Amino acid sequence: MTLLEVENLAARHGLLQAVRGVSFTVDQGEILAIVGANGAGKSTLLRTIAGAHPAAQGGVRFDGTDLAGVPAHKRVGLGIALVPEGRKLFGELTVEENLAVAGRRSRPGPWDLKAVLDAFPMLEPLRGHRASSLSGGQQQATSIARALMTNPRLLLIDEVSLGLAPVAVDAVYESVRTLKDAGATLLIVEQDLGRALSVADRVLCFLEGRIALSAPTGEVTREQVTAAYFGLDRPSVPEQT
Amino acid sequence: MTWINAVVQGLFLGGLYALFACGLSLIFGVMRIINLAHGDLAVAGAFLIWTINSQFGLNPFVALLPALPIMLVVGYVLHRTVLARSLRGGALIPLLTTFGLSIVIQNALLQGYSPDVRSLGAAAGDWTTGSWRLTDQLSVPYIGVCTLAVACLVLGGLQLLLRRTAFGREMRATAQDADTAALVGIPAASIYARATAIAVGTATLAGAFLAVHSTFDASSGPTQLIFAFEAVIIGGIGSLWGTLAGGVVLGVAQTVGAAIDPQYSILAGHLVFLIVLAGPRGRSLITRSAPA
Repeated sequence: MTLLEVENLAARHGLLQAVRGVSFTVDQGEILAIVGANGAGKSTLLRTIAGAHPAAQGGVRFDGTDLAGVPAHKRVGLGIALVPEGRKLFGELTVEENLAVAGRRSRPGPWDLKAVLDAFPMLEPLRGHRASSLSGGQQQATSIARALMTNPRLLLIDEVSLGLAPVAVDAVYESVRTLKDAGATLLIVEQDLGRALSVADRVLCFLEGRIALSAPTGEVTREQVTAAYFGLDRPSVPEQT
Repeated sequence: MTWINAVVQGLFLGGLYALFACGLSLIFGVMRIINLAHGDLAVAGAFLIWTINSQFGLNPFVALLPALPIMLVVGYVLHRTVLARSLRGGALIPLLTTFGLSIVIQNALLQGYSPDVRSLGAAAGDWTTGSWRLTDQLSVPYIGVCTLAVACLVLGGLQLLLRRTAFGREMRATAQDADTAALVGIPAASIYARATAIAVGTATLAGAFLAVHSTFDASSGPTQLIFAFEAVIIGGIGSLWGTLAGGVVLGVAQTVGAAIDPQYSILAGHLVFLIVLAGPRGRSLITRSAPA
């Protein structure tokens, strides 16, 4: 069953067109990895789906509902949660307060404070700590846990491993696998191809705001994705603004 | 003993300034708006209480009971209709908006109530002018103690609201990052509107104590705004208990100044404010507001 439909979506940062008319779908229970170089438009795409960035054209439908004009906080109510790039925790609030603030208006579902602390045991001893005092890995875990507190049907995770120590990346990907086993639908933006391909069912490779490659991870080689990542397998396209 | 009395009277005057300042501090803390109409909203609240008192003969503190919910609604609607739009226009627009609002309120009050100076001291009862006389030169006014106690209760209540309730957590999260707050389902506009309602409510309370403690007229708002602003800066932006301390420091400075010479009263308060502004706190404020 299709959960998310993105149709001819475009988004701008001023004069710069970051996302250029992309279309794709995400099925219920699927993990879709979006890879691409810096500035390829991945984060803007996720923020546009979450309602944190306006669409310049095209549209997004979530479980059949057109999201045009639906503000970000109401999209959370529909079941879309974003783990933003840079974690964006509320630094002056404790870990528990960060989780509680997301849980207050959550949809009915399995995720509550106890459930997320069970899923992220590293957070249990940190409940009373200010979020600003956490390490990068702890912040990423808190950010994912905070998004889960809203009981999302679609979880968008931006730059899963960016800026994290390898051991922290292992821990975060372990939690992603846990979510996958629980049947979650995830859209992951990642620059680490190996990691992305290891957890995803399907991969989209972004190049200059467009989809350069879309394929199930089982049917594509790392070399093919790398070629699409750098735009090596297609002629260059004149810039359009 | 004269100096001790000056300090004691300043302490109680500081309670009134802290009451004025807490709403200003709350709005700035949550929305990063300096509400230049805050003093005028307080005075509008005082006029509302005066109207209820004169129409129904209710004691001003009893008249607060219907006046407070009315002003809470005024604050909520004010945000939804005026401030929310101005917030979308960047940092300067809300400042200009509240400046314009201040002028509108002052002129509306002038039109509706005339420039006459009023007071609710007599209507509140004899106790408002009474005091505990400790020595020949030292007395503790009932209304001063009452004002300081209410200021402590309001600030303590706000602190509890912010720290211990779900709504308070949402307010703190929105104050820190409204965009990210929306990504966890918090409607920033609703949080802002309720914060404005609370701020206008506290301003009304302050207006009631001003009206009982002293006199007021349609143009009293800007003076009260300046004192509230100075109390917030002296006490530290974003700190509610700091606001109380700032109010007390300002009040004591004014009464000690008045003990030296009555014409130094207001000047002494301004001088303390300027000294704080010239110190590390002032420099951190300038650094914080400097463009990146």
